[in-house]
Amino acid sequence: MRKSFLALATGLLLAGSVSAASAADKLKVGFIYLGPIGDLGWTYQHDLARQALVKELGDQIETTYLENVPEGPDAERSIEQLVRAGNKLIFTTSFGYMDPTLKVAKKYPNVHFEHATGYKRNPNMSTYSAKWWQGRYIQGLIAAKMSKSGVLGYIGSFPIPEVVSGINATMLAAQTINPNIKVKIIWANTWFDPGKEADAAKALIDQGADVIMQHTDSPAAMQIASERGKLAFGQDSEMIKFGPKTQLTSILDTWGPYYIERVKAELAGTWKSQDSWGGLDSHMFAMAPYTNMPDDVKKLAEDAQAAIIAGKLHPFKCPIIGQDGKPVECKGGDHLDDGQILGMNFYVKGIDDKLPGK
Amino acid sequence: MELIEAIVLAVLAASTPLLIAATGELVTERSGVLNLGVEGMMIVGAACGFAGAWLTGSVFVGALFGIVAGTMMSLIFALMTLGLAVNQVATGLALTILGVGLSGLIGAGFVGERITPAVHLAIPGLTDIPLVGRVLFGEDGFVYVSIALVIGVWWFLYRTRAGLILRACGDNHVSAHALGYPVLRIRTFAVMFGGACAGLAGAYLPLAYTPFFIPGMTAGRGWIALALVVFSSWRPGRLVIGAYLFGAVTILQLHAQGWGIGIPSQFMSALPYLATVIVLVLLSRARSGGSTAPAALGTVFVPDR
Repeated sequence: MRKSFLALATGLLLAGSVSAASAADKLKVGFIYLGPIGDLGWTYQHDLARQALVKELGDQIETTYLENVPEGPDAERSIEQLVRAGNKLIFTTSFGYMDPTLKVAKKYPNVHFEHATGYKRNPNMSTYSAKWWQGRYIQGLIAAKMSKSGVLGYIGSFPIPEVVSGINATMLAAQTINPNIKVKIIWANTWFDPGKEADAAKALIDQGADVIMQHTDSPAAMQIASERGKLAFGQDSEMIKFGPKTQLTSILDTWGPYYIERVKAELAGTWKSQDSWGGLDSHMFAMAPYTNMPDDVKKLAEDAQAAIIAGKLHPFKCPIIGQDGKPVECKGGDHLDDGQILGMNFYVKGIDDKLPGK
Repeated sequence: MELIEAIVLAVLAASTPLLIAATGELVTERSGVLNLGVEGMMIVGAACGFAGAWLTGSVFVGALFGIVAGTMMSLIFALMTLGLAVNQVATGLALTILGVGLSGLIGAGFVGERITPAVHLAIPGLTDIPLVGRVLFGEDGFVYVSIALVIGVWWFLYRTRAGLILRACGDNHVSAHALGYPVLRIRTFAVMFGGACAGLAGAYLPLAYTPFFIPGMTAGRGWIALALVVFSSWRPGRLVIGAYLFGAVTILQLHAQGWGIGIPSQFMSALPYLATVIVLVLLSRARSGGSTAPAALGTVFVPDR
């Protein structure tokens, strides 16, 4: 009896070690997604990047993803679940996962974490984000050129620095074209609710805006603008099929190269905690083709894009006048420094609205 | 003037899915069954409704698909809670989780596809009347269906014998059973009606409201519909008021933000919910604390044979 038990136990151990050995062949990489991968926006682009990763390194890695993971306590459970499933590198792809990721990272020092758009780091937790405000500056130029009413409509998600810096960059660019341009801002207080985003777009158009910009994730606003014969910008991904005559351009999140680079580092054993904040120059995002605009506007946009990539144009070039009429302290030489942009919590002059919470 | 008309039109569109789903749930709850799976049934209705419209090119068929899908979901619920007498709250929550997963699965192939949305009525002469024309005679069919639905339910509950029996099941299933009424069968039909309405409400989103399909597009509207039933103290008339109040506050707060009224947007977004809570408090005070909920709501009934 005892003998057979031992044999059984040895067999189980052997079986265990065998499966462990085969798993060790492949690096397990996990992803936590905020929305459904079919959202055609934020999560969709992260998953495209994951697919690019699988295409590039598929023979050496195995990827797992969890979608629709709410920010908050659920996130912590989900991240830990990926750790327990043997993932050695985990990407958590939304700002609200910051604290949960840090908590799990501290608990499992041997697992590496990559958190998107946050600012808290750990020896085993990196952060990465993109300088979307560079793209929003280009959009501001186009919007001011294309608007007939001189009123732009902006749908914000939450009044966090990432969104506020986008509004300011848009406004600063638009003012170089039309000093009297107005921007109407509606906060949806959600990243994803197509119905509400559509309602917000309707409200903005009904109030006179003729170019709609959004910092929410679904193509609903694009569709409303299209229905009403207005113009709009896509968000996160290519949305032109929802407005073939409407989309001017779109900011495209292109995480693929970054994911491949970080996984290669992990495979090579050279992964180190770092903070990546790349812009158009480092291909952290791209601009969709400039469509539905005259050639001179297109050229203006392309020139601005080239100048930003070459480092000749900085959207937050000083002096920058705040809403209160006073110049904003300039910490980065001739432009605001990264920290000021990352923590931006003020509107620039000309925005006739109050920042929520201020 | 034009702005007022635009706001009214937006309010009607925003309120319609809430009204349809809540009307169905009201009937379910009046029969004594608490189905918390409205969100799940709605979201499957959205996926199937879009799939139906995309495959056949007809919004009407899409709506039928939505109704059938919602009914099927509610049958799962009926089987569990009425057939096997499982806890209704837990089953309802599970139904929502199941629905979210199912809709992603069903809708996966339809993400990003486009359909021709439900047409808006255009009656020459009537629709052109300034101010009221487009509001009264220029809506999509769903809006009229929702109003007919709630009037029909009111008539059924208070003016027909069958409605009286259904309410009796919700208030005292033991007595209704003793009188010889088939409590479980009646409740099954009520649950199915609720499912059909939730499915139709879900289908409204990709067929008329935002004519494309994306997983998760119901974004919690099923939960609001549930709250509206309580808000209405289980009365169809108040349900209409509640649904439009909710839609109106949602749309008006968006406009208020656009006008630059300096109230924090977070507060504005919370307004519809706040309004619901306030009305609930007022209602319960007015009735001096007495509850108007169907007495047997949420309780399992196992007939002894």
